[in-house]
Amino acid sequence: MTWQPVVGLEIHVQLKTRTKMFCRCANGFGGGENTQTCPVCLALPGALPVPNRIALEWTLKLGLALGCEIPKRAVFARKNYFYPDSPKGYQISQYDLPSCVNGRMLVPSSAGDHEVGIVRAHLEEDAAKTVHVGGRTGRIGGAEHSLVDFNRVGTPLVEIVTGPDIHSSEDARRFLQLLRQTIVELGISDAEMEKGTLRVDANVSVRPAGSAELRTRCELKNMNSFRFVAQGIDAEVARQIAVYEAGGEVVQETYDFDASSGALTARRSKEEADDYRYFPEPDLVPVEPPAELVERLRGELPELPSVRIRRLERELDLDRALVLVTGGLDRLYEATVAAGAEPLPVANLIANRLATSAGDAVDASQLALLVGARDRIPRAVLDDALSHIDEPGFEAAPYLAQEAVSDTGELEPVIARIIDANPGQVAAYRGGKEGLLGFFVGQVLKETGGKANARVVSELVRERLGA
Amino acid sequence: MGVSSVSSVVDTLRLTAEEAAGLVERKEVTGAELHRAYLDAAAERDPELHCYLRLVDEPNGDGVPVALKDVISTHGIETTAGSKILAGYVPQFDSTVAARCKAAGLPIIGKTNTDEFAMGSSTENSAYGPTRNPWDPERVPGGSGGGSAAAVSAGLAPWALGSDTGGSIKQPSALCGNVGLRPTYGTVSRYGIVAFASSLDQVGPVAKNVRDCALLYSLIAGRDERDSTTVELPEPVRLPEGEDLSGLRIGVPKELNEAEGIEPGVTTAVQNAIELARSLGAEVGECELPRSVEYGLACYYLIAPAEASSNLARYDGVRYGLRVDGESYREMVERTRDVGFGDEPKRRIMLGTYALSAGYFDAFYGQAQKVRTVIAREHAAAFERFDVLVSPTSPTVAFKLGEKAANPLAMYLSDLLTIPSCMAGLPGLNVPCGLSEGLPVGLQLIGPQFSENTLFRTGHALEQAIGFDPVPERLR
Ligand SMILES: [Zn+2]
Repeated sequence: MTWQPVVGLEIHVQLKTRTKMFCRCANGFGGGENTQTCPVCLALPGALPVPNRIALEWTLKLGLALGCEIPKRAVFARKNYFYPDSPKGYQISQYDLPSCVNGRMLVPSSAGDHEVGIVRAHLEEDAAKTVHVGGRTGRIGGAEHSLVDFNRVGTPLVEIVTGPDIHSSEDARRFLQLLRQTIVELGISDAEMEKGTLRVDANVSVRPAGSAELRTRCELKNMNSFRFVAQGIDAEVARQIAVYEAGGEVVQETYDFDASSGALTARRSKEEADDYRYFPEPDLVPVEPPAELVERLRGELPELPSVRIRRLERELDLDRALVLVTGGLDRLYEATVAAGAEPLPVANLIANRLATSAGDAVDASQLALLVGARDRIPRAVLDDALSHIDEPGFEAAPYLAQEAVSDTGELEPVIARIIDANPGQVAAYRGGKEGLLGFFVGQVLKETGGKANARVVSELVRERLGA
Repeated sequence: MGVSSVSSVVDTLRLTAEEAAGLVERKEVTGAELHRAYLDAAAERDPELHCYLRLVDEPNGDGVPVALKDVISTHGIETTAGSKILAGYVPQFDSTVAARCKAAGLPIIGKTNTDEFAMGSSTENSAYGPTRNPWDPERVPGGSGGGSAAAVSAGLAPWALGSDTGGSIKQPSALCGNVGLRPTYGTVSRYGIVAFASSLDQVGPVAKNVRDCALLYSLIAGRDERDSTTVELPEPVRLPEGEDLSGLRIGVPKELNEAEGIEPGVTTAVQNAIELARSLGAEVGECELPRSVEYGLACYYLIAPAEASSNLARYDGVRYGLRVDGESYREMVERTRDVGFGDEPKRRIMLGTYALSAGYFDAFYGQAQKVRTVIAREHAAAFERFDVLVSPTSPTVAFKLGEKAANPLAMYLSDLLTIPSCMAGLPGLNVPCGLSEGLPVGLQLIGPQFSENTLFRTGHALEQAIGFDPVPERLR
């Protein structure tokens, strides 16, 4: 039987607002442990939350970018649980009335656009960071003691929940790349998995291909790169298929994926089922975003990555378009082409030679000049130019001036010397070993210190040896 | 100037806050002398009454001192909410109401006793021992703000702040014979108030008369950016002056005035007050609040414990207050909460946790919120015909210590008449309206949202007409 993977993702994004979600403590790294705290985020008696207006707007912005509807009324709720990372004993989140619902993201693929439903996107607060010392597992059970750093508690966090619409690890990865790029371009988060500003959990099940059923799913956690998410999904899909094919049943479970070993480790089942006893947060009034605000935010949305991929695909191809867009380099590409350079060489040069981070700093008109001259200037000079191109005030002109030597009058004596010095290779070439042309060209380039124009040299050598 | 000459000017039993402010303004006494006079009174009478959990010796302002219920966070002054679990907890910040008192030059004279986490109707649930009623020390002062009410009546503070969730300002004021206001929900900041039930908690003043009460309310009320449920007052607070009630429409809700358990002496005093109101020009008519009274108490005992179970989760021994160590995090939390909480918070945490549990939420908490809307509508309908509704504040006068301590349900019934309007977020004023068996009877005046000025006007006029002497007979 063939099996189809069914994957839904839950993505947490830390917003990079200046202050925390419900207090005015600085948000973000910096400072020693427990220095970015106040009565509110330490949950001192009587302290009350006051929502961060910017975080609310950014959530709506993200929701709109994901094609969500913005309900007239969203309500914060308390999610109650005891754990030292939760100083109030509850997390303020949104429950039955989230800020954004019912969206979708189009993921371009070679088989057309693949639609991933966005069930909801809601705003909540992050928990504190805990370190459990002395236990075997790094978990609180069995630890000798635990340390809590409250700097992170209260960081605004958007949770995005997709439908079970993803059917391969590659699709998951592509979706995440596009989502990440969308978030980064909105300017609301750095969305870096390594730093934990973007976190992904995957709900995975499998079903017989062609069926529409949803079988028992397992949750994967603790994957800190897109590659590991893909590997984790593959591993879990393989595990579930093996279970079914052996006549077994998949049991709902949460697994940690260890990328170094590829192992899935089940988290120890809790003693009791989670009951978070959600109820509307009485310390906050409902959020009712005015229609004018929603329309203003909608108007501020940049052109979305998936749309740009489709556009670039017409002049390039899907893979190149994906690389450029998810690398944040497509605007540079378009500007460089607009400045007169040929599309394909620009795409290749940008995709292969420029760091993602360089994109914004590069002056497209200067890059266009380099691309146009790429065959005329020595390789070493081009490399040098590219390594400085993201520096402020970069000018292509001095590099273009170092055009390769194409002057036949200058090159011919060198070629003559090389031919005279290698009679054996000359005989072999003339005997039919035409592959030796490269040998002669190489020797000439070496002799001229890389400054000779390889194309011109090769023509001249062929001419001389053919005579 | 020696202490004796100050005492001759300052009779703390009689002096109103307004008069005290006048003395200071005319430089007849200094703020420090005033403060000292109340400390002296406390030294004399508080060993018996136990109104205060702690006193502040050095005044931090030269205005009229104010006593604060111990659920109100005070920077640098231990704040326990009457609970062992907060023993030794010293806030690093002022609640907004404490900050506003200080900004108005009111020094804090002390922190008053309360039922643990404001859960109770007699102040017997304080982990630090009960407060006694200045009219009869064998009796309770009401609760949860018994400390504030008793302190004002016994002349140990010119005025005080309490907090009211289901009657914790109005009911003790009734039992101690002073004036207490539970303001419209959202007019006074809850920032820094140790939370009991967030959607009901409201801070308010306790005073010797209506003008003092209005004055203190004007100092603490208004939007606070630290409490996003607060609003600006639609109109400034007016200190009441006249005695005329012409044009005022007073409604007498049948169910609140004829409920089972209302003592005959209470009914008589309230009816006399209603007759006086009529003689002052008010129109009086009957009205009904059938569902508010039938379901109010039951709903309250779902919503308040539900919110409390969540609000009290932060007391886990991790960051502040009591910690009882254990072998694991879980054991530490369990032991801390077992030792730190008294029976009443435990009872309400259990009730509330149950009411919020998956599978029960809709039937309990969800349903109670719906009924709450019905209660609000029923009141709104009554206010289409009336400006003010009146009833007894408490069905009984002050009861004996221990009399209801073993029977939580009987204790809960003390708040039967105050709870419905609290559930609707409405303001309520207690005004003493006479004695029954030598103990004060309180008249409850309820108005629509933001009608505090109407309540003050009504209360002041009745107060003048009734001529109630707020000084307990045994202390005169
Ligand atoms: Zn903070």
